[in-house]
Amino acid sequence: MGRKIRVLIAKPGLDGHDRGAKVIARALRDAGFEVIYTGLRQTPEMIAEAALQEDVDVVGLSILSGAHMTLLPRVVEELRKRGLDDVLVIAGGIIPEEDVPALKAAGIREVFGPGASTESIIRFICDHFGIRPEDLRAAGEPVAS
Amino acid sequence: MQDPIALFERARAGDRRALARLVSLLENDGEVATRLSAHLFPYTGNAYVIGITGPPGSGKSTLVNALARAYRERGETVGIVAVDPSSPFTGGALLGDRIRMQDVAGDPGVFIRSMATRGRLGGLAHATREVVRALDAVGFQRILVETVGAGQVEVDIAQAADTVIVVQAPGLGDDIQAIKAGILEIADILVVNKADREGAAATLHILRSMLSLGQSAVVRHHGRAMTIQQVEPSREGWLPPILQTVATAGQGIPELVEAIERHRIYLEESGEGEARRRRRIAEELAALARERLWARVVHQVGRARLDGLVEQVIRREIDLHTAVERLLKEL
Repeated sequence: MGRKIRVLIAKPGLDGHDRGAKVIARALRDAGFEVIYTGLRQTPEMIAEAALQEDVDVVGLSILSGAHMTLLPRVVEELRKRGLDDVLVIAGGIIPEEDVPALKAAGIREVFGPGASTESIIRFICDHFGIRPEDLRAAGEPVAS
Repeated sequence: MQDPIALFERARAGDRRALARLVSLLENDGEVATRLSAHLFPYTGNAYVIGITGPPGSGKSTLVNALARAYRERGETVGIVAVDPSSPFTGGALLGDRIRMQDVAGDPGVFIRSMATRGRLGGLAHATREVVRALDAVGFQRILVETVGAGQVEVDIAQAADTVIVVQAPGLGDDIQAIKAGILEIADILVVNKADREGAAATLHILRSMLSLGQSAVVRHHGRAMTIQQVEPSREGWLPPILQTVATAGQGIPELVEAIERHRIYLEESGEGEARRRRRIAEELAALARERLWARVVHQVGRARLDGLVEQVIRREIDLHTAVERLLKEL
């Protein structure tokens, strides 16, 4: 059976709006990813620790509180502290255009605004791992011995 | 790829990243997983494995969280495996059990891993037992296994745990549900969670009367004393206690920990623990052999030939049993 791509969807900080995060989690599930959702009000340490234990390939951060400039780089920092340098970190939410370059410099690979389609997010992740979206859905074949 | 044996040594030394990678290797199956599980097997057999099952929404994850806290307070380390279903249509999964386990998520004495069933029925993932053994081998003392939301036939957990807790909540079904075969039969301990909710007393009553139906009893029939046989003779000597909890508030958790301990002692002293281990190994052996044999069939006969047989059955040229006969002859 092929390797599944595991994605952690997390909400750092204190805003209580997780509809966007849930929509993304659902869309990624439907695309064939294994999505781990950890819920609201996560500290950067909690997110990095969950990413470590779950051995995820991708961390998707949803943030609407306006605290992205402090919280998002700290998530990347905590991930690196745990040796998770190769994890793809992406973000979404209400993030002004002018903040994007600084976030990218801090290690957030892409920022998806409120207008981004779920397809564009799925395509971005697939491109990163060099696979086609249809490969995600490939059914498992028994392993020959 | 990292050397799996080196990874195991690092995990044993407490490297959590290595443990997480190890679990992924086991999950992704194949030759590496087989070699790895063979390597770590001698280190297993020390952990006590507790299974938590029950219908969706009964509060399994919250109960796992509360139990893990209780064991941490006693200074024990806890490994948690939480299983959620994969979509049969896309293979994707949404694993949300961690949401309810925030109290212990950052604790260095706790390791939580979410697993998707990846097409396996029965309430556990294909590799759950291997992952439990890995957690055992690296030294976790208590391992809590949460099944998918289970109803009637998801009883694999009985083969994977020392003590099985079946969680029910008020308002999920009537008394006929409770005496159908399946999940209630595997309970070593029954828990009515959300016991502060309306209907809890009725749920408790239903479970009690269901359990008493399963006990041997002497009744008078036309004036003569008759013994009614117990429905499950293997359970002789252990009457599953029914406990009430409010997991969100930690209510009833000390009693639950106590009941698990009593069951552990019962298993040890009655010899039932040994008998169970034997049954479990025998069944797992058979399951693995079945799986390997099937893989060999697919490998030797080939997909195309299999598809051809399916086609013949579809066209009603042959029946399924004949198809199997032909398949076996070609090996």
